[in-house]
Amino acid sequence: MNAGNPMMYVGAVGLVFIGLLIVIAKRNLIKIIIGLSIMDTGVNLLLIAIGYIQNRTAPIITATHADTAKMVDPVPQALVLTAIVIGLGVTALALALAIKVYEHYKTLDTRKIRGLKW
Amino acid sequence: MIYISLLTVAMLGAGVAAYFLKDLIAAVVACAAVSLIASLLFYLLQAPDVAMAEAAIGAGLSTAVFVIAIRKTERYEK
Amino acid sequence: MKAVLGFAALSLIAAVLAISLSQVPFGVDRMEVARYYLENGASDTGAANLVTSVVLNYRALDTLGEVTVLFIASLGVGAFLALRRRGEGSLPPASLIVRRGSQFLFPLILIFGAYIFLHGHLTPGGGFQGGAVIASAFLLMFLGQYEYSLSHRPLSITESLAGLTFVIVGLIGIAAGGYFLSNFLPKGSLLSLFSAGVIPILYVAIGFKVGAELAGIVAAMLGPRGEE
Repeated sequence: MNAGNPMMYVGAVGLVFIGLLIVIAKRNLIKIIIGLSIMDTGVNLLLIAIGYIQNRTAPIITATHADTAKMVDPVPQALVLTAIVIGLGVTALALALAIKVYEHYKTLDTRKIRGLKW
Repeated sequence: MIYISLLTVAMLGAGVAAYFLKDLIAAVVACAAVSLIASLLFYLLQAPDVAMAEAAIGAGLSTAVFVIAIRKTERYEK
Repeated sequence: MKAVLGFAALSLIAAVLAISLSQVPFGVDRMEVARYYLENGASDTGAANLVTSVVLNYRALDTLGEVTVLFIASLGVGAFLALRRRGEGSLPPASLIVRRGSQFLFPLILIFGAYIFLHGHLTPGGGFQGGAVIASAFLLMFLGQYEYSLSHRPLSITESLAGLTFVIVGLIGIAAGGYFLSNFLPKGSLLSLFSAGVIPILYVAIGFKVGAELAGIVAAMLGPRGEE
């Protein structure tokens, strides 16, 4: 893979951009949480793309290839493994909160959900 | 490579579709498509562990949790 | 209006990101600490999957932190959705293909998930992926069987015992090796199942924990039919 240079970075930053735009500009609570999830995926893609090295292969030793000088960086992969699972945990917690908000206010519009009315 | 550019354009197109769709179930399916193509890109970047995790969690469990939450609330964004 | 302003502000941020990312050339060898992990990973830990050796040996404390975060998230979901009104419209019964198919596939998917986390130190995989696959098997049972419910106590007991196993193995590491989560069991030969010291035990514990937690989250969100 030698010409992935602009496209991987463009894809990852584009996903972060789209996710952040959904969080800023949309009013429905579940749409905002979808944007959060897309942003998570974009950041993970950026991390793995930074750890990639040209013409090398996955960091796993098998019987046929054990040459560790030709392996990709394993540290970002370990970080992103954790980050994906934590992203799911955050999404599930946010959706549980959204369900409770809907039960109380009967709407998911963020302009109508104002707890501090005085 | 041309296929990497095509995959990236498809992923960004699915993201833009998630912005514009008013039916929330369709928006969640677009989010699952983003996860699927991201999992493929993880594999092409020589990270099979991460690809497996993203496919199982992002395109499977996350979509299921979203659909359950949409069932308990409203389906259409006004 | 908010969309236009948001788009303009984010274009500025995206431009700054693009300029700074152009200084990070794609695919260039930048490893310093990782080079040590790659060269000495197999001999230090005995694991053939070098990402596993980073996750569970060199950076095992971060994995403990991740397990804690997932535990708190599952606790939060259970706490928020515990008191809910009944009769929210449960799912209609599934068709014959889904019912029979889910009964047939459930043990196969469980075995597949167990295979993934048992061989985490040899092939790509590990506790997190195996746990997610096991939780998907439980989700299939919820969708396929009309009266399937997962009672809360066995799930939370499994989750707590698995987390406790992780911490206890780490504390035994203090006694046997001198520091928390040290790899004190014999390393074995590379590429065999009983190798890599304490790493398979930790991954089995993580596999059970993540599987029980994610299944518990799905059961709590499904509501009064999903859990009793």
